[in-house]
Amino acid sequence: MNALRADAAVALQIARKDALSELRGRQIAGSTLFFATLVLLLFGFALGPDARRLADAAPGLLWLAIVFGSLLTVARLHQLEAEDGALEELARYPVERHAIYIGKLLAGLAAVLVLGGVLLPVVAILYGIDLAAAWPALVATLLLGSIGLAAVGTFYAGVTVRMQAREVMLPLLMLPVVAPLLLATVRATSSALAGNRLGDLAAWLQLLLVFDVVMVVAGAATYGQLLEE
Amino acid sequence: MGTRLLGIVALLAVVGASVNALFLVPADVYQGDAQRIMYVHVPSAWLAYLSFGVTALAGIGYLWRRDLRLDAVAVAGAEIGVMFTAFAIWGGMMWGRPVWGVYWQWEDPRLTTTALLLALYLGYLLFRRLTDDPHRRAARAAVVGIVAAVDIPIVHFSVEWWRGLHQGPTIGSPDKVLHPSAPGLFVLALVSMVLAFTLAWAWLMIRRYQLARIEWQIEEHGRLGRLSAARRAARKAAIPPPDGAPEGA
Repeated sequence: MNALRADAAVALQIARKDALSELRGRQIAGSTLFFATLVLLLFGFALGPDARRLADAAPGLLWLAIVFGSLLTVARLHQLEAEDGALEELARYPVERHAIYIGKLLAGLAAVLVLGGVLLPVVAILYGIDLAAAWPALVATLLLGSIGLAAVGTFYAGVTVRMQAREVMLPLLMLPVVAPLLLATVRATSSALAGNRLGDLAAWLQLLLVFDVVMVVAGAATYGQLLEE
Repeated sequence: MGTRLLGIVALLAVVGASVNALFLVPADVYQGDAQRIMYVHVPSAWLAYLSFGVTALAGIGYLWRRDLRLDAVAVAGAEIGVMFTAFAIWGGMMWGRPVWGVYWQWEDPRLTTTALLLALYLGYLLFRRLTDDPHRRAARAAVVGIVAAVDIPIVHFSVEWWRGLHQGPTIGSPDKVLHPSAPGLFVLALVSMVLAFTLAWAWLMIRRYQLARIEWQIEEHGRLGRLSAARRAARKAAIPPPDGAPEGA
C-alpha cells in the first residue's frame, strides 16, 4: 500500500513538473491548439459547404483533430526531456519505472483534455452542432479517449524520443495502434449526439475502457525498457 | 543440410497441394473458381497471425534473456508476417471483386483488421531500420512488437462491432465457404494447403533467422573496423612524423 502511495507521489511530481514547465514556457498549448483548429477549418474546406454533410462528419473530424493534436503534444512533452539530457537524469532516479510512465501519462492526459475541451466548442460552432443535450456522454467519451491517447502516445514518444527520424516514426507507429480508439470515440460521439437512439453508447465506452486499461498496463510494464540505455 | 531438405519438402508439398487445390478439386457450386482463392488466402492469414505471435513471444524472450538470437527470430517473424499479411489482403481483394462486386469492403471486419495489421508491422520494420545499436534496437523493437500484439484483439473487436452494432451483417463471411457441410474434398484441399504453407513458412523463418545473424555479424564487423581505423588514426596523430622537422625548431 505504501509502495503504491509512493509511486503515486512520484507520478504526480513528474506531472506537476511538466505542467509547471508548460505554464511558464507555453511551449505546447499555443502551437497544438492552433494546429488542431486549423485542421478543423481545413476539413470544413475539404467537405463543405454543405452543412448537413459537415454535421454528419463532425464526430470523425473532431477526433481526427484530437488525435493529430495529441501526436504533437506527447512528442513535445518528451522532446523537452530529451533536450539538456533531462531524460537521462530522470532514468537515474531511484524510483519505479512505471511511476515515471504514469507521471508522463498524466501530463499528456491533462494536455489532451485541454485540447479536447477547446476543440469541442470549436466543432460545435464551425459545423453547427448542438452539444448541450449530450454533454455528460461527451465528457465521458473525451475522458476515456484522452486517457487512451495519452497512454499510447506517452509510450511511443518514449520509444522514438532518441531517434533521428522521430517526427516521422511517432505517427507511423502510433496511428495504427490508436485506430480502434478512433473508431470507438467517433461512434460514441455520434451516438451521444444522436441521443443514444441505437443504445450502443455504453458498448463503445466499454471498449474505450478496455483499450485504456490494456494500453496503460502494457505501457507501464514496458516503459522501463525505454529508459535503460 | 536439414534446412535444405526442409526447403525441398516444403516446395514439393506446396506444388502438390496447389495442383490439387487449383485443378483437381471441383469448383464451388456458387462461387466458381473464385472460391479457389481461399486455398491460398486462409493459409496466408493463419501464417500472418502465427508470425506476429512468434515476433511478440521472441520480443518477450529477448527482454528476459537479452539474447540477440531471439531478436533475429523476432525480425524473421515480422518480415514474413508482413509478407503473408499482404498476400492475405491481396487474395481477399481478388476474391472480393467477383463475389462482392468490390475490391474493398469496409463492412468486412477481417479485411479492415488485416489492413491495420499490415500498417502496424510495416511501422515495426521501418522502426527497426532506423535504429542502429543492436541491443537498443532489439529492446525497443521488442516492446513495440508486444504493444502491437496486444492491440490486435482490440482492433479485431472494435472493427467487428463497428459493423455489428451499426447494422446487421450484409455479406457472407468467408467462413461460410468452409462450412462443415462443405464436401470433404474441399476441406482436405484446404488442410493440405495449410500444412504445405506452414512447412514453407518454417523454411522461410529458418532462412530469415540465419540471414539476420549474418547481417548482425556484418554490422559488428563494420563497427570493429571503424573502431580500429579510428585507433590507427589516433595513434598516427599522437606520434609526429619521423622525417618532419621538430615543431618550433
